[in-house]
Amino acid sequence: MKQGTTIPADKFRIIGINEQESEALARKRIGYWQDAWRRFKQNKIALAAAVILVILIFFIIFGPMMSGYDYEAMDQSAINQFPSAAHWFGTDSLGRDLFARVWQAGRISIIIGLVAALVSSLVGSLYGGIAAYFGGTVDDVMMRIVEILLSIPYLLIVILISVFTDSKSLGTMLVALTLTGWCGIARIVRGQMLQLKQQEFVLAANALGVSPMKIILRHMIPNTLSLIIVAITFDIPGYIFSEAFLSYVGLGIQSPQTSWGALASAAQEKFMFYPYQLFFPALMIALTMLSFTLMGDGLRDALDPKQRK
Amino acid sequence: MQEMKQTQNADQADEILVAEDICKYFKAGKKQTVKAVDHVNIRMKRGETLGLVGESGCGKTTCGRTLMRLYDPTSGKIYFEGRDISKLKGKELLSFKKDVQIIFQDPYASLDPRMTIGEIISEGMDVHLKNLSAKEKEARVMELLAKVGLNAEYANRFAHELSGGQRQRVGIARALAVEPKFIVCDEPISALDVSIQAQVVNLLMKLQREMGLTYLFISHDLSMVKHISDRVGVMYLGSMAELADSEDLYGKPMHPYTQALISAIPEADADTENTKDRIKLEGEVPSPLNPPSGCKFRTRCRFATERCAQEAPKLRELRPNHFVACHLYDDNGKLQGELKAE
Repeated sequence: MKQGTTIPADKFRIIGINEQESEALARKRIGYWQDAWRRFKQNKIALAAAVILVILIFFIIFGPMMSGYDYEAMDQSAINQFPSAAHWFGTDSLGRDLFARVWQAGRISIIIGLVAALVSSLVGSLYGGIAAYFGGTVDDVMMRIVEILLSIPYLLIVILISVFTDSKSLGTMLVALTLTGWCGIARIVRGQMLQLKQQEFVLAANALGVSPMKIILRHMIPNTLSLIIVAITFDIPGYIFSEAFLSYVGLGIQSPQTSWGALASAAQEKFMFYPYQLFFPALMIALTMLSFTLMGDGLRDALDPKQRK
Repeated sequence: MQEMKQTQNADQADEILVAEDICKYFKAGKKQTVKAVDHVNIRMKRGETLGLVGESGCGKTTCGRTLMRLYDPTSGKIYFEGRDISKLKGKELLSFKKDVQIIFQDPYASLDPRMTIGEIISEGMDVHLKNLSAKEKEARVMELLAKVGLNAEYANRFAHELSGGQRQRVGIARALAVEPKFIVCDEPISALDVSIQAQVVNLLMKLQREMGLTYLFISHDLSMVKHISDRVGVMYLGSMAELADSEDLYGKPMHPYTQALISAIPEADADTENTKDRIKLEGEVPSPLNPPSGCKFRTRCRFATERCAQEAPKLRELRPNHFVACHLYDDNGKLQGELKAE
């Protein structure tokens, strides 16, 4: 070794090492939901979708009051007007203010989407949970029923129900949509629960003597909940679209009550001359569906701890 | 006979677990049953490690889980510290569960992905040590983490952030949290890297010394079982083929199946590895749905005779503390007649 390259020993100093503290530091102790929220915030697209949804919902709640026109009020002196300072989204063939109508329609559409998704996921989760919990013959019978229900085209059910009840109201729509809507979630929940039942951490909890009720509450539900939440966010736009489709073909909400699908349907006849009448409801449908889907995507990633970076 | 009974009584004091003739049958379809555990007898002394080896599907895991009442035995009696626990229910079963814990094979599946390590470890405390305050619980979690060689910082992490070895340590800490006396180690190392296996086994042995634990160590890694076990049992298709002190079993295996298993252990030295006689077992394990008559091993045994097909051999003590279930030996452990390998 050359003289010039050696560093004299007295230049070194032992600073010591504490093994216990070598890994200490790091982040605060946070729970599952806080962690999920942290991850959701990092997903800019999902966050933007959530913001758009909040704005949409704000307008749906307060929009009808903002324009100063009643959504049912007709004005013969102002029919088919293009968007202007007086009528922000223009007017329709009966002179009704479209701004008020679009948001009023949004109320119906969103209510149908939310309620149908919530009801069907509640029913579906219960049904799937019961099937998985009891297993065996009960499970077999319950799942065959689901398969039979799923094999009936829902358009047929909707038509049958509206013929039977002789009404095309919001309630009828909800019944028609949820009657078979819960089947999908029932399948998801059953599959997940069956899988969880076999998992060793459930067995470990069993070995520790944790009661069945607590196993369900602490292990089964949290591990299925994210799946259900994601399924709901994907279901909402599905129902909104179903409603729009049904109203568009004339099976849904009837005038003077309106929904986005009904608005689009009415505007379609004069689409060549007054494209704005179709543009606004179509835009709302598209925005809502896209936002819910993107947010659902973000939620799925956020609720899965394995995605944690 | 009289003498034997007396020694048995003397031993009983430190026998922590005695299983008499336990069976666990599973229904497979409408008419068939799988005899996963078929009339197995096990006696375990306090503080010992009993290794349980055998091929996949031979009933090792079922046996372990039945002993700790994760499965209800189909028949037979299990005594834990002299108390029959095979029919316990409710609170008594709960208090038994505090004494007996399990460590699982797959460290990925055995930890709830939605819970932090701290929550996982304290889960058992919530059931059995209810009077602990939140602070005491947290302190105990830290203590347990330190005991299994993990940093306290891990308490806030989720299972997927840990490596396989670290997860297995968490699994051990969870089991230790309720202060058990008896732990079923269900292939705790077979899902781990070889370098990590040694660490986990050493940790298990250290904990056994410190806490006086009794282990039922289930594995198919024969050399690891030899390393950790005081006694070793060999299972084949739900029955115990041979049960003896570790040294004795590996040095002088008597059952043809054990002999074949032990000859299959690889040697570190290349010369001995190449020259040693290896007994090759022909064929597959018969389906447990339809096991062979008589001795279950006879279809693959080199020495099988007519008697083996007709009569199931009983587990007999042929040498002191060396139990074998085979017709080849007489009651004194001598080979009967000449063995003719086919």
